[in-house]
Amino acid sequence: MAVAVLLFCVGVLLATGVGAVAGARRSATAAIVYGLSLLVSAVALAVAFAALAFDSQWVQTLRLPVGLPWLGAHFRLDALAALFLIVVNLGGLTASLYGLGYGRHEEAPGRVLPFFPAFLAGMNLVVLADDAFTFLLAWEFMSLVSWALVMAHHREAGNARAGYIYLLMASFGTLALLLAFGLLAGPEGGYAFDAIRRAVPDPALATAVLVLALLGAGSKAGLVPLHVWLPLAHPAAPSHVSALMSGVMTKVAVYGFVRIVFDLLGPPLWWWGAVVLVLGGVTAVLGVLYALMQHDLKRLLAYHTVENIGIVFIGLGLALSFQANLMGPAAALALTAALFHVFNHSVFKSLLFFGAGAVLTATGERDMERLGGLIHRMPFTAFAFLAGSIAISALPPLNGFVSEWLTFQGILLSPKLPQWLLKFLVPAIGAMLALSAALAAGCFVKAFGVTFLGRHRSSAAQGARETDGFSLAAMFLLVFLCLLAGVLPGFFIDGLAPATQQLLGARLEPQAEMAWLTLVPIAEGRSSYNGLLLFLLIGAAALLCAKAIHRWASRAVRRSAAWDCGFPDPSPLTQYTAGSFAQPIRRVFGTVAFRAREEVSMPPPGETGPATLRVHMRDLVWDGLYVPVERFIGFAADLLNRVQFWTIRAYLNLVFFSVVLLLMVLTLWS
Amino acid sequence: MDRLALDVAHMFAGGLVLVSFMLLYQDRMFGLLNIFALHALVVSLSVAWQAYIQLAPHLYITAGIALVVKAIIIPVALHRIIVRLGIHRTIETIGGIGRTMLAGIALVALSITVMLPITAAAGTLTREDLAFSLSVILLGLLMMISRRNAVSQIIGFMSIENGLILAATAAKGMPLVVEISVAFSIIIALIVVGIFLFRIRERFDTVDVHALERFRGSL
Repeated sequence: MAVAVLLFCVGVLLATGVGAVAGARRSATAAIVYGLSLLVSAVALAVAFAALAFDSQWVQTLRLPVGLPWLGAHFRLDALAALFLIVVNLGGLTASLYGLGYGRHEEAPGRVLPFFPAFLAGMNLVVLADDAFTFLLAWEFMSLVSWALVMAHHREAGNARAGYIYLLMASFGTLALLLAFGLLAGPEGGYAFDAIRRAVPDPALATAVLVLALLGAGSKAGLVPLHVWLPLAHPAAPSHVSALMSGVMTKVAVYGFVRIVFDLLGPPLWWWGAVVLVLGGVTAVLGVLYALMQHDLKRLLAYHTVENIGIVFIGLGLALSFQANLMGPAAALALTAALFHVFNHSVFKSLLFFGAGAVLTATGERDMERLGGLIHRMPFTAFAFLAGSIAISALPPLNGFVSEWLTFQGILLSPKLPQWLLKFLVPAIGAMLALSAALAAGCFVKAFGVTFLGRHRSSAAQGARETDGFSLAAMFLLVFLCLLAGVLPGFFIDGLAPATQQLLGARLEPQAEMAWLTLVPIAEGRSSYNGLLLFLLIGAAALLCAKAIHRWASRAVRRSAAWDCGFPDPSPLTQYTAGSFAQPIRRVFGTVAFRAREEVSMPPPGETGPATLRVHMRDLVWDGLYVPVERFIGFAADLLNRVQFWTIRAYLNLVFFSVVLLLMVLTLWS
Repeated sequence: MDRLALDVAHMFAGGLVLVSFMLLYQDRMFGLLNIFALHALVVSLSVAWQAYIQLAPHLYITAGIALVVKAIIIPVALHRIIVRLGIHRTIETIGGIGRTMLAGIALVALSITVMLPITAAAGTLTREDLAFSLSVILLGLLMMISRRNAVSQIIGFMSIENGLILAATAAKGMPLVVEISVAFSIIIALIVVGIFLFRIRERFDTVDVHALERFRGSL
């Protein structure tokens, strides 16, 4: 029943997309499309929530007689699927709400409106799919539709290249997943997930599937070094779509990985966890370092998505390590942390992209060096963005802190692991996680401070106006969720328990029943966290401080120069910039990670020209991996190009001799 | 299925391979056409026999199509084309008939060694017929690469198609609609090729495909 309702929702979304093609020229279409998407997402969200909250042990399946004739299309709603459906449809709901306001500024609605509901439908289908064929079809549909959305503003500089790279990486990822499912299905071709679950692959084959799943899902999620498309493509789309791609589609990729590795693949080997942990750690640190070097607001957010995917994969790697050593509760803790971070990141990343979209609409600028002072023009947006920044920086009492804290609790359990490699590796990964969390906080001080504080750096920033009511409603809904998940995390964590129970056969103790709503993931004596108390404490302390400052400090008489209002130099260019904020970190990490070089050219004495400071950075991942691949493909293409100029006779000979050769191989083989 | 039915089916399939060998060394245009008509006749007989022993009446239609289209219409049409092109007196130079025949024998041996082990599970009829039809296909390919004249290449191509029909009927899986569409596409191919031949002739005064190579663009 629930599956049928969800599939009906998908059908309505697809029909909306088709209808939007017909009505693209009318002005009311945008409102209708976003309104319908909003409604359908709300229904799907309610169904998924009900499934998770009320009958979580009850798995529902449905088979439609479409698709491959002997297979049909299988769909299934279990705890894991319900959880990710909540993430998808919560993102869809808020993005539609935001789109109601934001979509009015769209100059080419015909390029966005048909694909927006189709994108939502595709993501829902991926999560619902219960056979490899349906999964891959939905996955590719999701990729293609999101590509169309990336290309919505295809005339803007760089977007065409972003779309091209995205398309290449998406095809590569789907190819890897196709091979993974092919290996899982075995020679009998049991493509239904049920058949795959029953089969137990041998370790070598399972390892190959793990590698392919890491390549396929990792390329969509943005694992380093497969992340290159993400910071190009996510910012290129309209902002509510960026929010969906960054906040939700990467989570669908995580879902694909979890589904394959935890559900379909059978018992893990212990060193798989090490591989996933290293990838996650490197992704987290490199993602945030890239973000620190960025001064384009949306691209900075996209790089933070890479970082957060790294954090999620650290949790997943921990869960794999614990699970391989049959440490059920510890694995449940790590997986809960990862899944909770999935939810949290989808909430605050959508929020931040909405904020960036509001700034972009108000000023037409994405470059932070040309913004500034927006807190006076857009106070509500600034507040929402600040809340999102606090959440993503993992500061209590908001939600980002809880999931990262849980991940750390998992890391602290690592000495109990029997393998020495993991004993040494996991604390190192923990250090990388701590580093990335600290750098993320620094990065968001930069993002918020330079964008919203200080004085206007351009006339565009000066003329900004507060964004519309729908956008603000969407943002504040997410702010509320950030606060709720941060202050009352026990209820959310209990919601994740059915999923860990399903995948690992273990779960955390019910947290919502603990005294004073405290989180106690392992044991009372080890560590606990109470978001509610901390929130009250922070609130009270902040109020007291503000009162005290106003009572005593600001009353004091101060003396300063006349008419300069505290700014001796009136030019906004004298303010601290994003580049200057990032400089110390660039000098510490960038010289290694990006081969950053600074080049100062001073004018000779007597010249009146300005001195310049140039920074040269290289993307080592791009130079080290993609440029050689590109060169090899060019080389191979040049070789093959000669074939194009052969004669008919040569082609006939080629066909003949290759057929004969293959037949001979076949004879000798068998 | 009794022995006799099997033996007759083998006779036709083996006969087709034999006719394919005859195609290989035939260097006169009209001779080639006649042998090709014989090739198509043997295929249609073979298919008709299959229809009889498999109790599959739709295969009679396949046999009929093969007979009418490939044993009558195509040879007659090619005959007229050759006359109009004025190449009916040309004697084609085939480099080394002996070597070509040896290569053909090697191909037959290869296809038998490939087919017999991998189709061990299939019925006897299917196994032998698949081996023969693979031989016919390979011999057709060999003919296409050993000839220079465009007309002979076309005939090689059509003999490949006959081999495919033999394989499909033996496998008891050939739907009628496939056969009809294949026959239709063969006719279309004939028309296109006919026009093409006249165009080549008009431009280059020959139908030797080597002459074309001088006019290609290259790197």
